[in-house]
Amino acid sequence: MILETRGIGKSFGSVLALREVSMSVEAGQVTCVLGDNGAGKSTLIKILSGVHQHDAGSLLVDGAEARFASPRDALDRGISTVYQDLAMIPLMSVWRNFFLGSEPRRGLLGFDVRRARRVARDELRAMGIDVRDVDQPVGTLSGGERQSVAIARAVYFGARVLILDEPTSALGVKQAGVVLRYIAAARDRGLGVVFITHNPHHAYPVGDRFLLLNRGTSLGQYAKADISRERLTSLMAGAAELEELAHELERD
Amino acid sequence: MTAATSRADERVADVGLLRRLLIRPELGAVVGAIVVFTFFASQSAVFRSLDGIANWLDPAATLGIMAVAVALLMIGGEFDLSAGVLTGTTGLILVTLATRYGLNVWVAMLAGLVVALAVGLFNGLIVTRTRLPSFIVTLGTFLMLQGINLGVTKALTGTVQVGGLRSASGYEGARTVFAGTVEIGGSSFRVAILWWLLVTAVATWVLMRSRQGNWIFAVGGDEKAARAVGVPAARTKIALFMTTAFAAWLVGSILALRYTSVQANVGIGQEFIYIIAAVIGGCLLTGGYGSAIGAAIGAVIFGMADKGIVFLGWDADWFKFFLGAMLLLATLANRLVRRYAEGVRH
Repeated sequence: MILETRGIGKSFGSVLALREVSMSVEAGQVTCVLGDNGAGKSTLIKILSGVHQHDAGSLLVDGAEARFASPRDALDRGISTVYQDLAMIPLMSVWRNFFLGSEPRRGLLGFDVRRARRVARDELRAMGIDVRDVDQPVGTLSGGERQSVAIARAVYFGARVLILDEPTSALGVKQAGVVLRYIAAARDRGLGVVFITHNPHHAYPVGDRFLLLNRGTSLGQYAKADISRERLTSLMAGAAELEELAHELERD
Repeated sequence: MTAATSRADERVADVGLLRRLLIRPELGAVVGAIVVFTFFASQSAVFRSLDGIANWLDPAATLGIMAVAVALLMIGGEFDLSAGVLTGTTGLILVTLATRYGLNVWVAMLAGLVVALAVGLFNGLIVTRTRLPSFIVTLGTFLMLQGINLGVTKALTGTVQVGGLRSASGYEGARTVFAGTVEIGGSSFRVAILWWLLVTAVATWVLMRSRQGNWIFAVGGDEKAARAVGVPAARTKIALFMTTAFAAWLVGSILALRYTSVQANVGIGQEFIYIIAAVIGGCLLTGGYGSAIGAAIGAVIFGMADKGIVFLGWDADWFKFFLGAMLLLATLANRLVRRYAEGVRH
């Protein structure tokens, strides 16, 4: 188990944003975190990525209790987060973005451009990412391709756990499929993946275990064998709420 | 998998050589330079002679040194309106210290350099600490320097110029290095041209082949995103302001050593010419994109137009018209580039 939480919680003043959530991330497996808006998904990933500190329960890295002081701290322990806005510069080429902030040196001040270009191309190809040309500006890539480049960058810079914040939410069906494929590729390279989404149809095919959140608490963590897609969908949507809604919308 | 590969190949052809050439930032400037050269060269024999070339390369050089530095700053997302008047300040310091206080010319130059770098540091610190637009901050420094230049010069000399550098100690040596001439094929070329080429080469290396170059593009393109991946954004910007100030010192010293006297109002209004040359060279006003070579070529266009209009015997007022037309064309061309580069396809 690379990363684990046990009864973790966080409050902001009088607001209990997260209560008693237990989840686990294993190498080479995908843990999906599902929940509606306000379910506590983003509070949970902010704790996992070092943005917030938990104030109840415990966080374990490689079985030992841990507390991240900052995102940098989490990153140094191999926990890398790809946010929705990705931190990429649209006007710069793919390879310049790939190495931004961690450029390979050449001499005292130099940037080993040839190596950067080659590594970026090889890494993207190893992930099965088909960017036509690493020299093209990132702005010319589609949303899914950008997500993929950000994932490949995190993998290359030594991530052991990859946290993906709603990587498919702004994408069309086809593009979402592309990103799901790269999530699987990262998993196959032995990374533990935390995949946050509110779409059970994106989560089910790629996930190994599913954590369901509702209003800040856990509805349980399920292994894939223990839950069907239909059950997941209905838990996710809140079957009772949907029934109620159906009644409400019915014509008299 | 083979199907996917062949599809990928098709799309590589789509972003072909022509397309890639078209998004080079320098392209507009190169085309412009060829057009302007062809026009003047076909009209004037003097213009295309070696003497003529030496003649129009000279203003291109002093403008070019500044345009290249300003281009780096603009790629980093900032402006410096105090750059023009700072060339005057450094020249005035050099001549005043060497003539009225008896300092050696080299020592006086060093003093000018220290002041210039301090002004650059000041601009950079204010912009990065307060996050105010550099347009306003450097407009403030511009006005302050303008006041100091005139006020101090008047108080010391009672006139609006200082002169007599020729008799100062160390003048001959400094003049040879910064304001001398080199004979090539019977025509004498100003040494400033070599400085300009050197500055352009160094700037291009920094931009394209150094880690700092990557950071310059990044802080101009999206400062927040750059900071998020660990780019030292404030340090990069301060260094850019100091680089511009360094260039102003170099040009100010070159001009002071060449003319041996400096007017207190020199350099005022030049700051916009630097920006225009950088824009013609492909820099976006919004930052994050541009080229040092482009800015240098932009300066060549200026040099050619400046002298070419004189060679043809036209009224020099037409230069301004030309300036405006070039700027407008360049901005339109740059907009197309940006649209291409930022256009997200789904």
